[in-house]
Amino acid sequence: MKSRPELPIFAPAGGGVREVTPAQAEEMIAAGAALVDTREPHEWQTGHIAGATLVPPAHVMEQIEEVVPERHRPVVIYCAAGARSLRAARQMASMGYQSVVSVSGGIVRWKIEGRPWQLPDRTTATATPDPRYSRQLVMPEIGPAGQARLAQAKVLFIGAGGLGSPGLLYLAASGVGTLGIVDFDVVDLSNLQRQVVHTSDRVGRKKTDSAAETIRALNPDVKVVAHDEMLGEDNVERLIRGYDVILDGTDTLETRYTLNDAAVRARIPVVHASVFRFEGQLTVFAPFVGPCYRCLYPTLPPPELAPGCAVAGVLGVVPGTMGLLQATEALKLILGIGEPLIGRLLIYDALDGTFQELRLQRDPTCPACGDGAGGGEPRLRADQPVAAELAG
Amino acid sequence: MTTVRIPPVLRAQVGDVKQVEVSGANVGEVIGQLVGQHPQLREHLLSEDGVLHRFVNIYLNGQDVRYLSELETPVGERDTLILLPAMAGGA
Repeated sequence: MKSRPELPIFAPAGGGVREVTPAQAEEMIAAGAALVDTREPHEWQTGHIAGATLVPPAHVMEQIEEVVPERHRPVVIYCAAGARSLRAARQMASMGYQSVVSVSGGIVRWKIEGRPWQLPDRTTATATPDPRYSRQLVMPEIGPAGQARLAQAKVLFIGAGGLGSPGLLYLAASGVGTLGIVDFDVVDLSNLQRQVVHTSDRVGRKKTDSAAETIRALNPDVKVVAHDEMLGEDNVERLIRGYDVILDGTDTLETRYTLNDAAVRARIPVVHASVFRFEGQLTVFAPFVGPCYRCLYPTLPPPELAPGCAVAGVLGVVPGTMGLLQATEALKLILGIGEPLIGRLLIYDALDGTFQELRLQRDPTCPACGDGAGGGEPRLRADQPVAAELAG
Repeated sequence: MTTVRIPPVLRAQVGDVKQVEVSGANVGEVIGQLVGQHPQLREHLLSEDGVLHRFVNIYLNGQDVRYLSELETPVGERDTLILLPAMAGGA
């Protein structure tokens, strides 16, 4: 192989950028220079130089300060053959990095010359920042540890409808590892005004299938568990078992009571939302920490006082807003950050453009979670367990 | 006058307004005045014996009156009562 020039061949305006041979790079690395690999993640998987940090080309400007905070520190950067790393080095020089060198011939030449390299093991793979989540990884409240918690989390959404659509999309995008979806219904044309996880060409298909397809296209990291059944007394315990957080996006009060009682028994927090025309309500029921749904509403109202969306109507964006707020609360619970809406109920009035906050209390006489409830013994049924249908 | 916020599901019973101004020295009097002015509301809030239904919550300035002095809770001129029945919709 014809050898390439070993001395600087490029010195752009702004200075500080030059090309070096793999041998020179190896000396600089040994002397303490930072080492950056600017290729795509799939290229990284084929092997990299020990000690390198992956910063894909499209993310150099935004991620490099995280990887190399000190602008005076010498930096060795490489790619496959040397072109992308030279561009990245110029970008870094323009950001004020004083001594950046690009490895001429890249890792290809490095390997040909017989210099040591390694395949990513599990540890380095985990340590490699995933550009998909870079906006979350950069925040100290989340970072790699928080992102790992999201990846391990199992979240169940009851209903892939108006609330579930935006909630599922954003939970998936955020990197929640497992998303369970409970819905027995099929996509109807009248759903599409608000149920944005579904599409026009999927009318007639199962909602769980449709939602799973959208989620996989958005983020293949997410494992989707589709429960194509109606939540009821007979299956609720099985459906919610093993999940860390449940989001209630159902459309009937009977289902909400059934879910509440089972979640209290299983001690799984429920992020609750409901909508009516231009308004929404939101709160978090954390069993034995704050009130539950029965503390708030001990008995069912007559059906005419609590119609579902199909009867009452709803402005499409209202469940969108409320479903996103549900997803937000779920992420807070998983990450353990912020003040979850436990013991507080938000009322959103879309027409007024206002949020109001009400204080909720645990009811010591609550049959589900009160003092006499036995801390989770299965002892309850919904007040009037009628056939609950998830409308809409 | 105390402001009573009417939930959307009950607005048809009060002429499709969001809030109603009612006088009364405590929560019970305010509710009494309210159903006096809007008799169609009565069955939705109170039982035949005049007891507040358990599926309707009343908040005085954001606090559940059940944990204050219930219907005896005093109300002032600038206070706001919120009526909050359960809301089912989610799909």
